[in-house]
Amino acid sequence: MTTPDEIQPIPEEKKLPPPWVVGLAFILLLGFLVLIGMGLRRTQMGPIVIGQKVPAFTLTTFDGQVVNTADYLGKVILVNFWASWCKPCEQEAFELEAAWQLYQPRGDVIFLGVGYVDTEPEALAFLHQFGITYPNGADVGTRVSQMFRIQGVPETYIIDQEGRLAYVKKGPFLSLSEIQNAVDQRLP
Amino acid sequence: MMGKGCWMSSFRLMDKAVKGPMISEPGNERPFQRAAPGKLTAMVAWVVMVGSLILFGLVTSPVAAQRPTPSDDEVNRLAKEMYCPVCENVPLDMCPTQACAQWRALIRQKIGEGLSDAEIKEYFVLQYGDRVLSEPPRRGFNWLIYILPPVFFIGGAVIVLNVMRTMRKNVPGTDGPEKDFLPPPDEVYLTRLEEELKRRQENDY
Amino acid sequence: MIENLGFGVLVITLIVCIYGIFASFYGLRKNSLAWVESARKAMLLTFPLITLAVISIVILLVSGRYDVQYVYNVTSNTMPLYLKITALWGGQSGSLVFWSWLLAAFTTAVTLRKWNRDREFLPWVIIIGLVTLVFFVSLVVFVENPFVRFWQTPTGGRVVSMFQPVEALLINPPDGRGLNPLLRHPGMIIHPPMLYLGFVSFVIPFAFAIAALITGRTDDRWIRVTRRWTLVAWLFLSLGLVLGSRWAYDVLGWGGYWAWDPVENAAFMPWLTGTAFLHSVMIQEKRGLFKRWNIILIILTYSLVIYGTFLTRSGVLSSVHAFAQSAIGPLFFIYLTFTMVVSLGLLLYRWSSLRSEGTMHSVLSREALFLLNNLLFMGILAVTFWGTNFPLISELFTGQKVTVGPAFYNRSAGPLFAGLLFLMGVAPLSAWGHSTVKTLGKALWKPLVGSLLVLVAMYVGGIRQWGALLALWLCALVIFITLYEYIRGVLARQRRSGEILPVALWNLASRNRRRYGGYIIHLGVVLMALGIIGIEMFQTETQATIPPGGSIQLGQYEVSFTRLDLFDTDDGRNVARATMSVSQNGRPVGDLFPRRDFYYDSGQPMTIPGVRSTLEDDLYILLVDWEPITSTGVTFKVYRNPLINWLWIGGFVFILGTLVAAWPDKDPEPTRVSVSRRNIASRQADG
Repeated sequence: MTTPDEIQPIPEEKKLPPPWVVGLAFILLLGFLVLIGMGLRRTQMGPIVIGQKVPAFTLTTFDGQVVNTADYLGKVILVNFWASWCKPCEQEAFELEAAWQLYQPRGDVIFLGVGYVDTEPEALAFLHQFGITYPNGADVGTRVSQMFRIQGVPETYIIDQEGRLAYVKKGPFLSLSEIQNAVDQRLP
Repeated sequence: MMGKGCWMSSFRLMDKAVKGPMISEPGNERPFQRAAPGKLTAMVAWVVMVGSLILFGLVTSPVAAQRPTPSDDEVNRLAKEMYCPVCENVPLDMCPTQACAQWRALIRQKIGEGLSDAEIKEYFVLQYGDRVLSEPPRRGFNWLIYILPPVFFIGGAVIVLNVMRTMRKNVPGTDGPEKDFLPPPDEVYLTRLEEELKRRQENDY
Repeated sequence: MIENLGFGVLVITLIVCIYGIFASFYGLRKNSLAWVESARKAMLLTFPLITLAVISIVILLVSGRYDVQYVYNVTSNTMPLYLKITALWGGQSGSLVFWSWLLAAFTTAVTLRKWNRDREFLPWVIIIGLVTLVFFVSLVVFVENPFVRFWQTPTGGRVVSMFQPVEALLINPPDGRGLNPLLRHPGMIIHPPMLYLGFVSFVIPFAFAIAALITGRTDDRWIRVTRRWTLVAWLFLSLGLVLGSRWAYDVLGWGGYWAWDPVENAAFMPWLTGTAFLHSVMIQEKRGLFKRWNIILIILTYSLVIYGTFLTRSGVLSSVHAFAQSAIGPLFFIYLTFTMVVSLGLLLYRWSSLRSEGTMHSVLSREALFLLNNLLFMGILAVTFWGTNFPLISELFTGQKVTVGPAFYNRSAGPLFAGLLFLMGVAPLSAWGHSTVKTLGKALWKPLVGSLLVLVAMYVGGIRQWGALLALWLCALVIFITLYEYIRGVLARQRRSGEILPVALWNLASRNRRRYGGYIIHLGVVLMALGIIGIEMFQTETQATIPPGGSIQLGQYEVSFTRLDLFDTDDGRNVARATMSVSQNGRPVGDLFPRRDFYYDSGQPMTIPGVRSTLEDDLYILLVDWEPITSTGVTFKVYRNPLINWLWIGGFVFILGTLVAAWPDKDPEPTRVSVSRRNIASRQADG
């Protein structure tokens, strides 16, 4: 008894499902893929792109003052994210304070320190240990750090006089001159 | 563990009786009423008042200062339900970083102050964002995560039931091959069939 | 030299694959067997080629060639030989080569089978296999190359490249960074390969399904051909998951066996659809139903494999498992899009030809219960999928990150799992076609009564949580039903053939391996469920800092801290080891040695617990290493995990059952069949 090696395909009606089913299925699939794609782009892109306008945000300092970046339009703002539990942050703390001492008299540069998921007593101890005098506040609800989409600490962002992001530094500054270079380039 | 739980609640009752508000702040003791007039009586009353105040202070302040430090287990009970704000998807009781150690110390401090679980969690959420909770808080966009899976499941069940109903309505003349009954065997046919089956089995993986 | 050889071989593989794809298409167009045969030979060539690449990498790893970036990243001088070899899959690029190698192995193996009856499938299976291989090998050749080396340019800069930059010198570090200490464990030998085998081998049933859709042969031929392949794929995936769970429990997860971590979920989701697929195809074979379900399920399984790999390697979701972020994310995304869009298109194109051949008569028939089975698995998939992706989606829309933790999954998927447990017991008792409450009840009542007795005993014994009672009752029910089915089958067989018990049992299972192997698998699952219920619902823990001589109490256990030893080992570790004496209800039961290892080369610590395992529970002691370890006080964490070892025993039974089910049946015994009342009874028992 022999069997044929090829089996004739059963002729059937090539009827597609109703168009709305086809459409819906593809819309759902593509919608899901688009969402995932956006998520991927977000991780690949990282923080706010240089040249983008940085939305204004407020920071309540440890002394209780409320600082709003909108008030500093026209000035160069250096935003530094740090934490007391972050070892590399200690490396740049003295240098940042020294830089602040240089730039503060000018009046057109402002340094803001943002404590990233820190506990108040330890944060205050950190500031005290390194003698930091520029305004520092906790990032309540991690809203500011999520806005900048930081990937870790320390990170520094310099906002120019038009409120656009001009410079990003991931990791600690290695020297005072590095900070000076970064800020001087944004000054007229 | 049961004992610890009871101890905590009875201690809180004591706390209420002594202090009034839950959160202890220095100098929060209930003020006393002023005494009646009359110079001597007044002086006696003053002495009694001041004396009682001192006594009161002597009695309560050690109690307030000596509220036992919450044990590791109490901290972990809460830390187990929270997540490290920095390292993703690591529960707070297992996270080895210095940051997490600070947060556990913070939890310990807050428990010691008498805050409830919900209050401590709320504090953390306020400070560090929704990420610290082990489930998205039930508000706004987050409702989607609680609603969609049941909706999907029920939707699927509805579709399936519909399909079954239409299937049962169809005339059952197109049944699949019933494999329960064999026709009366024909010896020659049977042996040839078996040979063929054997041959096929060898060809298949 | 070796690295150039390895790279060259991969480039050749890429060319061969591309040739094979074109040859296959050309053969299809010209209806030429010769061209398709040529494509088949090209496919056969890929496996030896990639094997050469794998050998090259292993030689580089073992010989400590730290000028090669991959070797530097994953090995170091102090690592033992077996870990250096398994470092092949320890990093991103090496694991991609490993994946390609396994893929080539499977696609080659399927090409070697006899294709006489499935000629029209062959070109399409070759094309799909080669397209997948092209994708993965391209990733290695163009993006994540394991053969790149460190060079120093004349200006003093450091560059990583495959080929020598102008006038650059090779940099030869004296030692490597070494694998993350958490991965330096025997589990590294077997867990990733098993998982990869599981993932990769699902490409075979997928390729056949797509071939079936394209050629229009949507009958159950493609299912019959791939039946064993699917079982093998599912076996490896299950094994990978169970092993990962055990490894996590042993060392990584602090006494946790599953954390609903996104990467764990990424491996779990294809398993869910794969299991549903495994069950659902039986219905198509027996009754011609569920054709659409089966195509959907295998497409979903394969898509979830790609999606899971994408999640793990792209950095979209971060977890302790994830590889470092790299450029392959977008490429995986494109491949995923391509796969899903094409699959969906083909499915809709052939939708009408996938109409069922039969009908479902009764709600309690086996087909209907299998339908419920599919639905429950899809429900658990929906929960897992949504929970894994929600943090990503929520961040897109609200800007706030959220965490979805075990509480969500347990609450949402728990009832569905309970439903599956119940089905696992009841479905084998229902009949094909027609089943009523009466027939089901008749088959069910004896085990049901037994299980209710167990329920009462548990309640009397002190268990009061209704969730635990329900779950444990279900476990008892399934165990009793399974045993009952075996006993019934053996007795029926004995009545007919007069064999003694063990022989009857053996013959029963070997004539119908799928059914009785399936029962063993279900038994394994129930035992695993028992372990999970024990640890999830009855675990107790405590943590305390004690000096030597102190002790910790947890329920009936008392753990005394006897001494602390601090020393360095030969393989570059600093060890702090505590000796704990354990007593249960006052009776000493032995010593445990939890310890903390600190690896000098990578600067990372690792804690290894001291565990005492019995059938009843595990006593699990950890040395907490972020608190100071001094001679005056050490912090310990003690867990009591009831019934956890049933999880591993169940896993073993599970794998055993799969082997039984996968083994080819013995030749069916030719017996004269005449329809009589007596024979119906014995035949029904045989299934």
